[in-house]
Amino acid sequence: MSTMHNGNIAVVGAAETTEIGVLPNTSMIQLHAEAARNALADAGLGPGDIDGVATAGPLPMEVSHYLGITPRWMDGTMVGGCSFMLHVRHAAAAIAAGAATTVLITHGESGRSRIGMDRQAVLAADTASGQFEVPYGALMPYATFTVPALRFLHDRGMSRTDLAEVVVAQREWAAQNPRALRRKPITVDEVLHSSPPIAYPFSRDMCCVVTDGGGALVLTSAERAADLPVAERAVFLLGSGEAGESPVIAQMDDLGSCGAFRRASAEAFATAGVTHADVDHLMCYDAFAHLPLYMLEDLGFVGRGESGAFIASGATRPGGELPMNTNGGGLSYTHTGMYGMFAIQEAIRQLRGEAAAQVPGARVSFVQGVGLYFAAAGSLVFSNVKP
Amino acid sequence: MADGLVPRPVPETAPFWDAAKDERLLVQRCTACGRHYFYPRPFCPHCMSDDVVWDEVSGRGRLLSYVINHRPLPPAEGAQIIALVRLDEGVRLLTNIVDAEPDPEALPLDAPVSVAFQQRGEYKLPVFRLVEP
Repeated sequence: MSTMHNGNIAVVGAAETTEIGVLPNTSMIQLHAEAARNALADAGLGPGDIDGVATAGPLPMEVSHYLGITPRWMDGTMVGGCSFMLHVRHAAAAIAAGAATTVLITHGESGRSRIGMDRQAVLAADTASGQFEVPYGALMPYATFTVPALRFLHDRGMSRTDLAEVVVAQREWAAQNPRALRRKPITVDEVLHSSPPIAYPFSRDMCCVVTDGGGALVLTSAERAADLPVAERAVFLLGSGEAGESPVIAQMDDLGSCGAFRRASAEAFATAGVTHADVDHLMCYDAFAHLPLYMLEDLGFVGRGESGAFIASGATRPGGELPMNTNGGGLSYTHTGMYGMFAIQEAIRQLRGEAAAQVPGARVSFVQGVGLYFAAAGSLVFSNVKP
Repeated sequence: MADGLVPRPVPETAPFWDAAKDERLLVQRCTACGRHYFYPRPFCPHCMSDDVVWDEVSGRGRLLSYVINHRPLPPAEGAQIIALVRLDEGVRLLTNIVDAEPDPEALPLDAPVSVAFQQRGEYKLPVFRLVEP
């Protein structure tokens, strides 16, 4: 039996829904199905080839049955937007252990049009969040996920300008991507002063877009991938990590650093056997503009307090030393609610050489996800070269 | 703001909400390791001891961070200050700053704050006001 890391498991199918954005005629479950069928077609496989299904939102049985798949392995792990990072990690373990052969991971969310989404109830009033945070108005992501940001900035001598620089850098990538929702180039001054206030210090452009869409992945062993028509486009999982922290914002260990980011990413680097210098391409889940700042520091790409200057230097923009959020990110590309699937899709496109704004020669991509505000994290390291 | 989302206590958190009705702020303290902790649960999350007590705390603390939410959920209206406060006893709470201008100039980080109570359904929510140092 092989291990789950070191390139023994491959992504052989990866696709998004044919359209993303505003899709009022497609329900949530159908977005899953459309993405799944596109990913199966990408892999050159049919539903009969799939024996494992993982999803978040609907139950894996709902997605399986809708697609006519009879799974012998299921994972319904639901930890918010990074659920799909955990699904990739769990599927790799299952395939390595022989519990599944070929796994389909699906995401679909009618985040904007809210079609077929009634089950997505607000946080229950009797949970820790429901009792101790939601009654204060900390319910919508823009008024909850964002609350620690001023502390982060203040303790580092940083400011709203550092949030705006994140937006500007990512818009440069989005401008090259016809599928991105926000493509018009923007200046720091516009982000700070023209973009409508949402929840100070956040203006509208510092908050993600809200869209409908989906994505899906097909994973199998590298051994089996070598025999598929898609072999030349296979992308290999080098390492992964996952971690949990507080389900309520107030009980993060440190308002300026997320332990879940640190722990998940450290395990991903360790299991992948790569260093920061080996990473050619980075995806940092950006529901809001402060998250790439936290992640650059917590993942160790820069030191404490250096994230703002690093972004402002252009290092993450096209042509920079660490291309980041190259689809435009949640801030500019798309954000259905659980964005993690789209971060993974962009990493796969980059490593296949098929991205809208392609990073020349990218070989190693690091994907950092976050879920349910600062409560969960998942990290993946992919390569187009099997070690 | 008497309306809005109402907490639904469970047995383990009921003493907190019952005391809040009397405008008393209770926080649990572990008598084994000596630390306060929040949110309520009947054992210490630091050392797993069951020897925990409810302390009535001063309600004084410092403003750690906040957003000024210009798009609050109904029935809240206007700009709402959603804040993190650290009590002098060491625990952090998420709360609202009330009776303050929704203006960053009026809301310096680390400003001293003190608890107040706001009716919400049959309960009262601990909220905070800025106070003179």
